[in-house]
Amino acid sequence: MESKIRHYSNMLKNREITCQELTEKYLAGIDTSNKDLNAYVTVTAEAAIEAAKKVDEKLSRGEEISQLEGIPMTLKDNISTKGIETTCCSKILEGYKPIYNATVWETLQAQGAVLLGKTNMDEFAMGSSSETSYYGGASNPHNINHVAGGSSGGVASAVGGNIAVYGLGSDTGGSIRQPASFCGIVGLKPTYGAVSRFGLIAYASSFDQIGPITTTVEDSAIVYDAISGYDKMDSTSQGRKGAPTMDTLKNDIKGMKIGIAREYLEGVRDDVRVCIEKACEVYKSLGAEIVYFNLPALKYALPVYYILACAEASSNLGRYDGIRYGYRTDAYKDVNEMICKTRSEGFGDEVKRRIMLGTYVLSAGYYDAYYKKAQNLRGSIVNAFKNAFKSCDVILAPTVPMTAFEKGNAISDPIETYLTDICTVPVNIAGLPGVSIPCGFSENGLPIGMQLIGNTFCESTILNAAWQYENAVGSEVFKASEYGVKL
Amino acid sequence: MKYEMVAGFETHIELATNTKIFCSCTTQFGGDPNTHCCPICIGLPGTLPKLNKQVIKYAIMAGLATNCEIANISKMDRKNYCYPDLPKAYQISQYDKPLCEHGYVQLSSGKKIRLTRIHIEEDAGKLIHKRGDTYVDYNRGGVPLIEIVSEPDIRSVEEAKEYVEKLQQIMRFIGISDCKMQEGSMRCDVNISVRPEGSDKLGTRTEIKNMNSITFIGRAMEYEFQRQVDLIESGGQVEQQTLRYDDVSNTTSSMRGKEDANDYRYFRDPDLVTISVTDEEIDELRKQIPELPFQKAERYVKEFGMNEKDAQNISKYRRIAEFFEEASDGVKTPKTVSNFIIGQIFRRLETEDDKEKFDIAITAQQLKELVKLIDEGKVKNNLAKSTLEKMLDTGKSVTEFISESDMAGMDEGTLAELCKKAVEANPKAVADYKAGKVKALKSMVGFVMKESRGKADASAAEAKILEIIS
Repeated sequence: MESKIRHYSNMLKNREITCQELTEKYLAGIDTSNKDLNAYVTVTAEAAIEAAKKVDEKLSRGEEISQLEGIPMTLKDNISTKGIETTCCSKILEGYKPIYNATVWETLQAQGAVLLGKTNMDEFAMGSSSETSYYGGASNPHNINHVAGGSSGGVASAVGGNIAVYGLGSDTGGSIRQPASFCGIVGLKPTYGAVSRFGLIAYASSFDQIGPITTTVEDSAIVYDAISGYDKMDSTSQGRKGAPTMDTLKNDIKGMKIGIAREYLEGVRDDVRVCIEKACEVYKSLGAEIVYFNLPALKYALPVYYILACAEASSNLGRYDGIRYGYRTDAYKDVNEMICKTRSEGFGDEVKRRIMLGTYVLSAGYYDAYYKKAQNLRGSIVNAFKNAFKSCDVILAPTVPMTAFEKGNAISDPIETYLTDICTVPVNIAGLPGVSIPCGFSENGLPIGMQLIGNTFCESTILNAAWQYENAVGSEVFKASEYGVKL
Repeated sequence: MKYEMVAGFETHIELATNTKIFCSCTTQFGGDPNTHCCPICIGLPGTLPKLNKQVIKYAIMAGLATNCEIANISKMDRKNYCYPDLPKAYQISQYDKPLCEHGYVQLSSGKKIRLTRIHIEEDAGKLIHKRGDTYVDYNRGGVPLIEIVSEPDIRSVEEAKEYVEKLQQIMRFIGISDCKMQEGSMRCDVNISVRPEGSDKLGTRTEIKNMNSITFIGRAMEYEFQRQVDLIESGGQVEQQTLRYDDVSNTTSSMRGKEDANDYRYFRDPDLVTISVTDEEIDELRKQIPELPFQKAERYVKEFGMNEKDAQNISKYRRIAEFFEEASDGVKTPKTVSNFIIGQIFRRLETEDDKEKFDIAITAQQLKELVKLIDEGKVKNNLAKSTLEKMLDTGKSVTEFISESDMAGMDEGTLAELCKKAVEANPKAVADYKAGKVKALKSMVGFVMKESRGKADASAAEAKILEIIS
């Protein structure tokens, strides 16, 4: 598959299209498609045109432009953008305009990125369908009766629906990879610490990581190389280790060991498993070796994730009290009532559920039984992966055990929905990089995704393996939806 | 029955770093509300803390100066509670792995008040109540604090006061805090209980919050001790609760009981990495710890033969001790220097604050010049005293007030002349002396001193007069 970013960048450089024209096409695409997709919650048309004009001026002066310069893109609504509403799709942050930029946006803006707007998501990134959004869920561009997934559903819907060339999402328990899988596109969750979290509104700080959602593997590599790096504003940041992923993206993978952990395939829908098996055949044909092993620690992944993530969330979300910014209730007697009513009215059900769960597991008398135990198990899972990577270079697994849910289903049964995170959360628990790429379609035409998981800071390896697969199968599985802009 | 007081302290001290603990805002006291703030210290969504290294250094110095063990590995935790002055709804503090542990502060009696721990944390903002509304000022939010927790080793108000004073002196000496109680840069919570004398069981304690003056700490403890004793004597039981002290009525009242105690849901702050400090770094900081007040006092007694009280008075204030040491460096009699400081200079420094600031007109070198002249016998004591007063008034050096000829002293002939005059002018004194009144001699020496305006050597004059009249 040809890199969309490179394709557009070349068109701009060759003056086949002006940046303003390109941007206007995308804005027009949003106008027509967003009604169906509900991908964008804020469109920044004016600022986008302004940014595009600057790129055109630069081009007309004959200056060089960088690869991401002038490319229309989007950011998930939990990434802070100075002066532009950033709500996490929650009523409690209605009208909140940050006074500073997230480091990733600062970086991309400096490279001339054109921001089309902010995209829909599950409220505070809590959910798997983007339907917990205060603004309603985002639709799947392959079938709008199905969800785009979550929590970065808006970014996936916009990129899959061709109303953004690429976007940045965040992944706490699968929130980049799962919607990418549902929408038939590429989603990379980098190693914890590879990309700065400064400015990303926290859900669960020790899991959250920003990453790109793109239509091709090469685009993923281009964007990842641009946004990864050490940031002194984020103490947990370490930056990218080693050379840019683009350097080795297209390398031969002969002799690469691709591991299959049997536990990942348990309880997976048949068509999904068949796709994974087919992918193994593709890899064998490319000269890779498939190795099988067990990863029994995976059975603890879901409870560990929900206990720890909710615990951190209960603390992270304590600051929304209506005092300094965002929503505040109308009538109150005193400050306590004001805070209570503001939070009761401002947060949705899923957020409240997770705050209560997290508060409970940290409470005196329950801490040891839940939080502490989960922390210990987290350590076991980290070690299990460490051992696994002694016998393989990447792990191949389904991204989600099924395809995109029908609208409304995820909301009606939250526990059942939590269980669908089974394949994505282990990567966040262990802080590993994982990329989801399309690997087939279900009978009813919905995309199926698979993920390649690497050891810490081995983005190069998983993107290399992903690119080789993409290159081998091509448009057979990397199929664009009917929506949006086509150039 | 006789009762014994059992008390322990939790002391919060603001560190004198230039910037806050997790951002680069100034820590300066005051300022218009919310002008010393940034997205990080008002906890805007998405911001992350970044630990100020100076805070770790200062806290370790506090630990070293109070004989603590320093942890090579520690971490930051979140203490979750909801209050409008706490913009993140959690305070970043240290829970189970504090930076310093197991130290002590030694009182003048030799008794050691053990320190459980010293940890670092961020201060909260302030609520301002005005015209029936409440406003929040976050200027203080994120100012670095250390919390020093003592064991319940204190048995009296006197020990409590000395403990707080000692802490204050030590922290000021090592230069990590100004410890101004009235500005809130030092605040104490007092845990207090009573028990029958001789018992080794601990009674139920109450906690008096946020005491900001040593005098009030004393009064509050006395009041609370008596209240608890009265309660037990009348058959009641002390309830575990948090109290506030009202300095106007001199009483304590309940803020909240045990059942309302917060569950802080401590857990490790995932936004901050492990704090690791090497032994080499600790040793480097140990070198930066200056000689502390009690060490100085001991040395002054031993080396200069000062009495203990004078030695303590001089060493108590960092600037005075430094002034003293500079002025007495190389002089024959350091005691002369300390006498001048305690006798004359202290008279001009009435309050503790004055002594702390030590804002006087002369430099240590100027005092040293004066003392050297005494050492060399060029200036007599009386003249020196009056000269020092003039120096302190004007900031001018000794040479401005005493000329070379004054210093040259008096030649034999002039002295003999003056003594002769003294004998002639005081026939009654001569007669009295001859009749056995030894004191009468003094009045004639006084006459000589007065006539010479202090230039004459009193003992030489006495010998001369004796020579004339005998």
